[in-house]
Amino acid sequence: MAGPQTMFDKIWNRHVIVQRDDGMCLMYVDRHLLHDGSFHAFTQIRRENRGLRRPKQTFATPDHYTPTTVQRSIDAIEDPKLHEKVAALDQNTREFGVRQFGIDDPNNGIVHVVGPEQGITQPGIFLVCGDSHTSTHGALGAIACGIGASEVAHVMATQCLWQRKPKTMRINIGGKLGFGVTGKDVVLATIGQISTAGGVGHAIEYAGPVIRALTMEGRLTISNMTIEAGSRIGVMAPDDKTIDYVHGRPFAPKGAEWDKAVAYWRTLPSDDGAVFDKEVEVDGSAITPMVTWGNSPEDVIKVTDTVPDPERVANTERRESMRRALDYMGLKPGMPISEVTVDRVFIGSCTNSRIEDLRLAASVVKGRKAVVTAMVSPGSAQVKAAAEAEGLDKIFTDAGFEWRFAGCSMCAGMNGDVLSTGQRSASTSNRNFRGRQGPGTRTHLVSPAMAAAAAVTGKFTDVRRLMEGK
Amino acid sequence: MQAFTTVTAIAVPIDMVNVDTDQIIPVRFLPRPRTDPDYKTFLFHDLRLDKDGKERPDFVMNRKPYRSGQIIVADENWGCGSSREGAVWTLVANGIRAVIAPSFGDIHFNNAMKNGMLPVRLSKQDCATLRKQLNDKPGAEITIDLAAQTVTGPDGKSYGFEMDPFAKYRMLNGLDDIDVTMEYEKEFEAFEQRYKKDATWLFAE
Repeated sequence: MAGPQTMFDKIWNRHVIVQRDDGMCLMYVDRHLLHDGSFHAFTQIRRENRGLRRPKQTFATPDHYTPTTVQRSIDAIEDPKLHEKVAALDQNTREFGVRQFGIDDPNNGIVHVVGPEQGITQPGIFLVCGDSHTSTHGALGAIACGIGASEVAHVMATQCLWQRKPKTMRINIGGKLGFGVTGKDVVLATIGQISTAGGVGHAIEYAGPVIRALTMEGRLTISNMTIEAGSRIGVMAPDDKTIDYVHGRPFAPKGAEWDKAVAYWRTLPSDDGAVFDKEVEVDGSAITPMVTWGNSPEDVIKVTDTVPDPERVANTERRESMRRALDYMGLKPGMPISEVTVDRVFIGSCTNSRIEDLRLAASVVKGRKAVVTAMVSPGSAQVKAAAEAEGLDKIFTDAGFEWRFAGCSMCAGMNGDVLSTGQRSASTSNRNFRGRQGPGTRTHLVSPAMAAAAAVTGKFTDVRRLMEGK
Repeated sequence: MQAFTTVTAIAVPIDMVNVDTDQIIPVRFLPRPRTDPDYKTFLFHDLRLDKDGKERPDFVMNRKPYRSGQIIVADENWGCGSSREGAVWTLVANGIRAVIAPSFGDIHFNNAMKNGMLPVRLSKQDCATLRKQLNDKPGAEITIDLAAQTVTGPDGKSYGFEMDPFAKYRMLNGLDDIDVTMEYEKEFEAFEQRYKKDATWLFAE
């Protein structure tokens, strides 16, 4: 009998088909998610005259190339490049017998919002998708990781994947989150602490009272940005909240199968005394609303801080990279980040576009006016419908926001939603890389609450002040 | 895919940490098929060219001896960020056969090996030493011997590197992954049969 096991070990071991002497494991894939960027893999499969091995375990939704401005049909997409990609996924999924939530489907949306929403993502499964933010699904207690196009083709053809077992790292987030502090701030603060290379080669488990206290939406946001900490996998133990979340969703188990599944899910949390290769402590009580200032998610400070000074950094490489980032971002050391003005606000992406995110942003916006161009793109058609049923769309549009359709939108910048050169955004997305939201654009990552505050004040105002003023 | 055995080539020093895949290939080129004859021109597009499309003379890959470089020596966290395999395709389209760095984005690392581009991990210090030599003597060559798992710098000093035996075998022989996996057909079938009886809820119609 093995000793105490981590949750990651339990799920991993269950999916090993073959372990070679050299340690490489052939892993069984329970669920494979595709999107409209998966066309390379379809091209390869077709060229090599292969089929999909388990099309029923494969699901697809267009998101990267879907416009957020036009009505939901392939025919309505005017841009020929976008039309081609969305139509190709439609055609490919029909040809290979894959269930697609097409652009006109009431369940369409961003793949990492749709998976959990449809009950496709479940605790204990091994799920892959050709997108680095597949780590999102780990919040439900699944091993979920992003893969490249060659690996997507491999999973299509074989329903399995060669992987070397990563090391494990537990990030314990202790204490209690303060007023106005969200899952986004937790993950940004964590990346700031361990760096964007901190998780390389490791599977992360997030644990501790802060995780337990968060809603599923907040947890999904944290697992989502695991890749920004250098790790492909970020799991969280399933608990009552997880199980309640999955219950009754279209592709969730039903009846006796449900009971059997839940009994298994209850066995998943890491055993007492399980040993991790690395342990990290984050003080959740000390986290405040966060804002990034540079071109890496690790370039992050508290909203109450000033832009850091490269000259005070001893490491010459770091100093040089900070100088480059400040130059690109058009910021001066020592200026309060809360005084930096923005041109555009984007609320959306697989990181922060779920109903709770929109509720939070709307609560800040309500009764105020946007002073800069601002837009909201809900994570899915379901989220959009739910928000409209609650009247959130009205709060946003009354304040002058654009209320868009679902898609990756301005996070990936592939569907035409981009900033103009030189523009500065407050964005709820996940990457502040140079040019991420269009050539020469400047992205600051924030929570939905902070993005809302930026929209109504035109700068990175500490949202706690606006929330107290209500 | 192209097999990787031994490569001796001009090496390019890239003195930046966290070179993300958005820099290696900007998102607007991702809709293009990997067979696009222009794929070569996408590499580091926005760092290599100014906004008028003119080459920036200060970018290392625009400088004379480095233009024909086939090996890159980089710094921490090379290829972090997006899973886009286009980052590897455009490197390969430019003749890059290997990248040496202290650490890599995990997905990019795997993508590289699927395309015959060797990712080599050396210590931060060794990478810094190599980059200094390459900066001091532009056009200097590095040799990588995959079978022996060694990198030999311009000064003749050799460094050993770790390599996954399975990946090494596939790269040395230029083997396609899917065909290798098909050899495990029996194991797959046996596993799935057993697993379906256990995790019944995942297979309910």
